[in-house]
Amino acid sequence: MDIHHLVKMANEIGGFFGSSPEHEVAVNSIAQHLKNFWEPRMRREIIEHAHREDCALTPLVREAVLRLDQTSRPS
Amino acid sequence: MLSINDKDLGTPTRDSAKLITLEVDGRAVTVPEGTSVIRAAALADVAIPKLCATDSLEPFGSCRLCLVEIEGRKGFPASCTTPVEAGMKIRTQSEPLSKLRRGVMELYMSDHPIDPFECKAGGKCELHEMANAVGLVHVRYGDDGRNHRHVPIDDSNPYFTFDPSRCIVCSRCVRACDETQGTFALTIEGRGFNSQMVAGQHEHYIDSECVSCGACVQACPTDALMEKSLLEKGRADRAIVTTCGYCGVGCSFKAEVKAGTRGDEVVRMVPNKDGLPNHGHSCVKGRFAWGYATHPDRVKRPLIRKRISDPWQEVSWDEALGYAAAEFNRVQQKYGRGSVGGITSSRCTNEEAYLVQKLVRAAFGNNNVDTCARVCHSPTGYGLKTAFGTPAGTQDFDSVAAADVILVIGANPTEGHPVFASIMKRRLRSGARLIVADPREIDLVRMPHVEADYFLQLTPGTNVALFNAMAHVVVTEGLVNEQFVADRCDAGEFKQWREFSAGEHNSPEAAAKVTGVPAEKIRGAARLFARGPNSAIYYGLGVTEHSQGSTAVLAMANLAMATGMLGRPGVGVNPLRGQNNVQGSNDVGSFPHELTGYRHVSDPQLRADFEKVWHVAIDPEPGLRIPNMFDAALDGSFLGLYIEGEDIAQSDPNSQHVAAALSAMEIVVVHDIFMNETAKYAHVFLPGSSFLEKNGTFTNAERRISRVRKVLPALAGKEDWEVTCALSNALGYPMNYNHPSEIMDEIARLTPTFAGVSYEKLDRLGSIQWPCNDAAPAGTAVMHVGGFVRGKGRFLITEYVATDERTTSRFPLILTTGRILTQYNVGTQTRRTLNVTWHPEDVLEIHPHDAEQRGICEGDWVEVTSRAGAIALRAEITERVAAGVVYTTFHHPETGANVVTTENSDWATNCPEYKVTAVQVMPTARRPERLPADRIIAAASPSAR
Repeated sequence: MDIHHLVKMANEIGGFFGSSPEHEVAVNSIAQHLKNFWEPRMRREIIEHAHREDCALTPLVREAVLRLDQTSRPS
Repeated sequence: MLSINDKDLGTPTRDSAKLITLEVDGRAVTVPEGTSVIRAAALADVAIPKLCATDSLEPFGSCRLCLVEIEGRKGFPASCTTPVEAGMKIRTQSEPLSKLRRGVMELYMSDHPIDPFECKAGGKCELHEMANAVGLVHVRYGDDGRNHRHVPIDDSNPYFTFDPSRCIVCSRCVRACDETQGTFALTIEGRGFNSQMVAGQHEHYIDSECVSCGACVQACPTDALMEKSLLEKGRADRAIVTTCGYCGVGCSFKAEVKAGTRGDEVVRMVPNKDGLPNHGHSCVKGRFAWGYATHPDRVKRPLIRKRISDPWQEVSWDEALGYAAAEFNRVQQKYGRGSVGGITSSRCTNEEAYLVQKLVRAAFGNNNVDTCARVCHSPTGYGLKTAFGTPAGTQDFDSVAAADVILVIGANPTEGHPVFASIMKRRLRSGARLIVADPREIDLVRMPHVEADYFLQLTPGTNVALFNAMAHVVVTEGLVNEQFVADRCDAGEFKQWREFSAGEHNSPEAAAKVTGVPAEKIRGAARLFARGPNSAIYYGLGVTEHSQGSTAVLAMANLAMATGMLGRPGVGVNPLRGQNNVQGSNDVGSFPHELTGYRHVSDPQLRADFEKVWHVAIDPEPGLRIPNMFDAALDGSFLGLYIEGEDIAQSDPNSQHVAAALSAMEIVVVHDIFMNETAKYAHVFLPGSSFLEKNGTFTNAERRISRVRKVLPALAGKEDWEVTCALSNALGYPMNYNHPSEIMDEIARLTPTFAGVSYEKLDRLGSIQWPCNDAAPAGTAVMHVGGFVRGKGRFLITEYVATDERTTSRFPLILTTGRILTQYNVGTQTRRTLNVTWHPEDVLEIHPHDAEQRGICEGDWVEVTSRAGAIALRAEITERVAAGVVYTTFHHPETGANVVTTENSDWATNCPEYKVTAVQVMPTARRPERLPADRIIAAASPSAR
């Protein structure tokens, strides 16, 4: 998948939920949105990207993607 | 002419709780107060002769045929204009009445052939029936007097003729145009003997402002106005009630059919008087543009080819289905279970969409199923479900009659949803106030007897800023319905939203700089809306097809909740769905993350319920959406696609990207009625069946489920649901249904909101609005009465974020798109009808200022260039669009409007941002190949040549 496109989409999701006055709500909402609507291969690629040093995600979205990574790992 | 077997009660029904009992020819009858005597008599099975009266129009009292005697009163009052009174004793037959009626009829027939064999309707017109009813067999005045027989026939309309010599000047056509359609195109000109019905300014029908809805043709009691198809084929011998295959209004029709030497053929489509979405009205598409169903371009045999560069080969159904199944299996074995998927269509029935998504989930074993709503109303689903709990319009269409203020945004009802527009215009003519928000001056802004109180001509892409500014006015001027919010909405979220909305950055003054709408206009519109008392929002793709489409839907929900405009007739948030079954295809599980009834696939109990019925494990992860499928195809991980009833190569944005994705796939199966643009990339073509050739149901924009009934045999031998079953069986997952009713039974078993739906109930009630279950056995007209489906209504903060698609010196104009009355979507159907008479090609609307700057004259060829591509079309210079904005339609593949649209999409749903594309427009020497208009018309309807 085109990672630039995925990053753009993820950042736009962050653009909406980032308006929430509560940071935790914003992070969880972004992570939940990705979980609900993104197909696993898209999620895998965005998670992989979030771990890169040259990650182009906004800080808020990166935090959400990393949280998604944590919560989706088997405990 | 009415449909065969229709009973005309003379005048419209009246709503009154007070009942009146009277006597007609000795028969007691009880009717609501305000009912006319003629209607009361008809309800008592007493037929009073009539000509100017019909139950779709208000009484007129001109023909003097429906005279009656009323005990205790002098004279012979017209029964159509006389309201019933308690204890009235009506006499409809007497010697004086007979004499009067015969005298009147004799005068009518003195200028009309009395011989039924000379009647174009074979004596079945109301005029001849009335002559027969009053016993008139001879006219004493002879043929020598003045008459109208020399007046030429107006044959200009492609679908009907007007023969003035057969007109009795009863005004039914004029009243139908005024009252039913609301176009006011017809009038009676002249006085006395010179009185005649004329269209426009004494023009031919085709040159007048007539919109060819056909209401006049249906209302005409003689053979003056008649469908050409009826004249050509003769009267039908039966009528079958079915549902229109065009827009989301979902009009009910009677398909009149005649058995001929070449089998059954449709004679005409007559809107069903009992149809609840349309109440007997129609538009030019539904009533007339059905000839595509038998167009020679229809593909009747399955086709296959190994490579898309190979020629097609006709094969048997078994071979085509076997090849498709083997290829899907091969691709999945080679590239994995998730490497294939399917697309359902809003042009197909609920049952067909359900089967396609079932095939993907059960036979393919993944959730890679999506639907064309992805590119139109997916933000509606997301926004309304998030705010209210149900991704559907909140009202029925008739609710608009109770609205005091109507806000239309991003929709053009008179073009896109004409029958609902007529209902809306009726309410506007009777006093409702109107706010129109649109980048383009749509007809509703100012038309006969309708004028918007506020026309907010906003810059494309700024809907959210406009709604936020309206919300600012509501929260800062004390216009919040505090009780409604306290009772029904989440208090914490509302508090945050209130603070957000009150922020100065959301003030109308700030929004004016973004939207281009003066602050005072925004304030005035917001105050008007908030004060109602009943204010309703109607919106279309001008709201959803934006990078902030879902945000805008949420902003509308916020505005409606804050002002308490939900949960009763006359209010609500109402999407006008583009295609006939957008609502239904979504309802039955076409989205990749949801099973039927909008329930997420991750729910283990839900999956267990389906697995028990489907006997297969369901993937718990959401699948790919359409744009994701294209990306994955180019990535090499998605290589097989089954597409039913969609032309994604033409309708999806950035056509080059779509073409590249489709070209990269190893097996593309197109299941359609015509060889469309997408089929250029297909390896298997499965011939489909039109809406006239199958059984099923459609669900319209008001959640109304209506039956689609088979009128003609399937041209290719199989109904679409049978094809999907056969493909599934070939794939190894058994699907064996005997009739679509069994598919609906399965949907009802698995879906709480459909639990009470069955074909038996649909046949009994005519139609059903979901939710339909034990709590609402007859369905639900208005949603969220007393509380929201999700519990507390949610206020989400809707910050305005400008689209990435910015104008620059290189691309200084914004292109936005829309549709036109006579064409439908990508034109697959309507381009194969005589509707091309009105719209043989798409044009580019450009403001005179922008045209002058570029040296563009009316009709010049211009090149429209965006970051994605370039197209050429002719310019139409108009002030409908503001300077800086250009507009076109997307009905003709030659235009290739989606060559220039970009891949920007709604943040929540990936719905493409069709409505905002930065472009440059310049004169061009490029002359795309176009057929001349007469050849386009000839090709559209070969039988009309």
